[in-house]
Amino acid sequence: MSTIEINNIQKKYITKSNTITALDNVSFTVDQSEIFGLIGPDGSGKSTLFRILSTVLLPDSGEAKILNYDVVRNFKEIRKIIGYMPGKFSLYQDLSVEENLNFFATIFETSIEENYELISDIYKQIEPFKNRRAGKLSGGMKQKLALSCALIHNPKILLLDEPTTGVDPVSRKEFWEILNKLKLNGITIVVSTPYMDEANLCDRIALIQNGKILDIDFPKKITEKFNKDIFSITSDNMYLLLNDLRKFKDTISCFAFGDSHHLVLEKNKIELIQLEKFLSHHKNLSIKKIKPTIEDCFMQMLQNKN
Amino acid sequence: MKQLKFFIKKEFYHILRDKRSLLILLGLPVVQLLLFGFAITTEVRNAKIVVFDNSKDNVTQQIISKIQNNKYFLIDKTIYNQSQIEEVFKEGKIRLAIIFPNNFQNDLLHNNKAQIQIIADATDPNQATTLTNYVASIVNDFQQELNQQSKIILNIKTEYRMLYNPQLKGAYSSVPGVMGMILLLISAMMTSISIVKEKETGTMEILLVSPMKPWFVVVSKVIPYFVISIINVATIILLSVFVLGMPIKGSLLLLSFSTLLYIFCALSLGILISTVADTQQAAMIISIIGLMLPVVMLSGYAFPIANMPNILQWISNIVPAKWYIIIVKSVMLKGLGFEDIFDEIIILTVMTILFLIISIKRFKVRL
Repeated sequence: MSTIEINNIQKKYITKSNTITALDNVSFTVDQSEIFGLIGPDGSGKSTLFRILSTVLLPDSGEAKILNYDVVRNFKEIRKIIGYMPGKFSLYQDLSVEENLNFFATIFETSIEENYELISDIYKQIEPFKNRRAGKLSGGMKQKLALSCALIHNPKILLLDEPTTGVDPVSRKEFWEILNKLKLNGITIVVSTPYMDEANLCDRIALIQNGKILDIDFPKKITEKFNKDIFSITSDNMYLLLNDLRKFKDTISCFAFGDSHHLVLEKNKIELIQLEKFLSHHKNLSIKKIKPTIEDCFMQMLQNKN
Repeated sequence: MKQLKFFIKKEFYHILRDKRSLLILLGLPVVQLLLFGFAITTEVRNAKIVVFDNSKDNVTQQIISKIQNNKYFLIDKTIYNQSQIEEVFKEGKIRLAIIFPNNFQNDLLHNNKAQIQIIADATDPNQATTLTNYVASIVNDFQQELNQQSKIILNIKTEYRMLYNPQLKGAYSSVPGVMGMILLLISAMMTSISIVKEKETGTMEILLVSPMKPWFVVVSKVIPYFVISIINVATIILLSVFVLGMPIKGSLLLLSFSTLLYIFCALSLGILISTVADTQQAAMIISIIGLMLPVVMLSGYAFPIANMPNILQWISNIVPAKWYIIIVKSVMLKGLGFEDIFDEIIILTVMTILFLIISIKRFKVRL
């Protein structure tokens, strides 16, 4: 039995002017003690899925089960076993760190003392500021506090909707270390993120776009499945370089990736020398053959779809 | 129970830590009451008038001294020439002119009747009416005195009496209105805003997911504003009795009971608004347009309901403040008892129950 089972979930938002399909036949399973990542851009349907799983939103059709409890029929049981951190969750800004934690412990019928061990790793980092108002915490500390609040009642499943959005890189790294520790304690974690680099930190990921799952696999498998050559190219004139690369006759796709351009070509079709020759008019040209990242795979999948 | 206790504590933290809002919550009734009681008053005091006495006899002198001894009037003695009248009125120097014709005493004693001309600046009709009524009543008093002294019965006699507010004090009519407005504003608007705030900041999602019963959320939100409303009622009543000198003619217990009922009504209205609005702004706009305006316009506080077109009179019936203001006026000013305000109490009770039923129906355990 899987910890979480999702079958053909469908959800549409109907407004006066148009209908938006937030989730389109989404199905997947999550196993016990797994970090399952939902990777996708803003508006891809991640938050909708989290709301359905946390029982605060009803799906139009399809069913979802958490530990064999149905999210529609058995919502009361599910609410006891999940810890949910909504995407726009902002705590109570005018309450102190300790008061926030105390409040969430109380409404979940427990106390900080009772479950201190569970959260001690995280809470120790923010404990020096326990009398500070939550509104005055940094983004990273806020998210740690929010995670502590979601964990305080010892849930079996954690649903974290974009917990690292708006958090600095150091705090993001710490946050993922915490998640790994929680996983070792037997907690199943479903986490969403718009950051592709965080995908590799998950055990399995689902790539999601416009409410459709593009692929579900181990991060490694997803990059292995990528059966094309990929080059990272830089030069003095990056703008001209992008235009040139897109004009190259064998280019499948080319996108700007941070400080370099990623060029996708058919496997073993073009030699490095041919490329160098084509781009010989660029100064300080550097061409490297690289292993694809999750983002490359994601972009490729979007291209194939269009 | 522990959950509820902590939740209520949390709500008090929210209110007490927002010092500016707290000041408004507690200070608003005081400022409003004092403003309506003193500054914005329909009462007339120290109105400048001018008297032209063309007769200069015994009787006119007696009447003038009576007017002079009245705190409502201030006689301007710098104007002598009757031809100036129009000019000084135009300049706004005086509000009222009293003119005694020649041979006033003669006419009165021999013909049994005499005339006084009163000219008032009617650009403000209410004030003009009030002032002429004052003068008329002073003259009437004097006539009665004369009648008692002499055997000749004078044929002019006007009965003049201001019911319940003999001095036409503005505060008497504004206190019930301010109570109706403040309680509705604080109970309904603040409650709805604080519930909607949880929706807006995403904490509602957590509260829904928690094992806490949804009505705990509502009760915890309501209690602090209930307490603040009671503090406000106490302030308003104390101020109106000790500062504005208003009497409480009826039973204080009855007044308190009906006020509690009205607070409940306003709170349930606030809960109802919170089930409709999704943002704090929406809650505020609904409260102001849906509650404030009707209270000011249709409750009989600013404009008499009897003068309204039928359709507005009909609409005014669904404004809870209208019924509450009737209750306060009846109990505080007229000293009426429970059986006289029974209808109004029943109407408020039914409204409260109705608001609560709709709120419960609309309250969602999901988003």
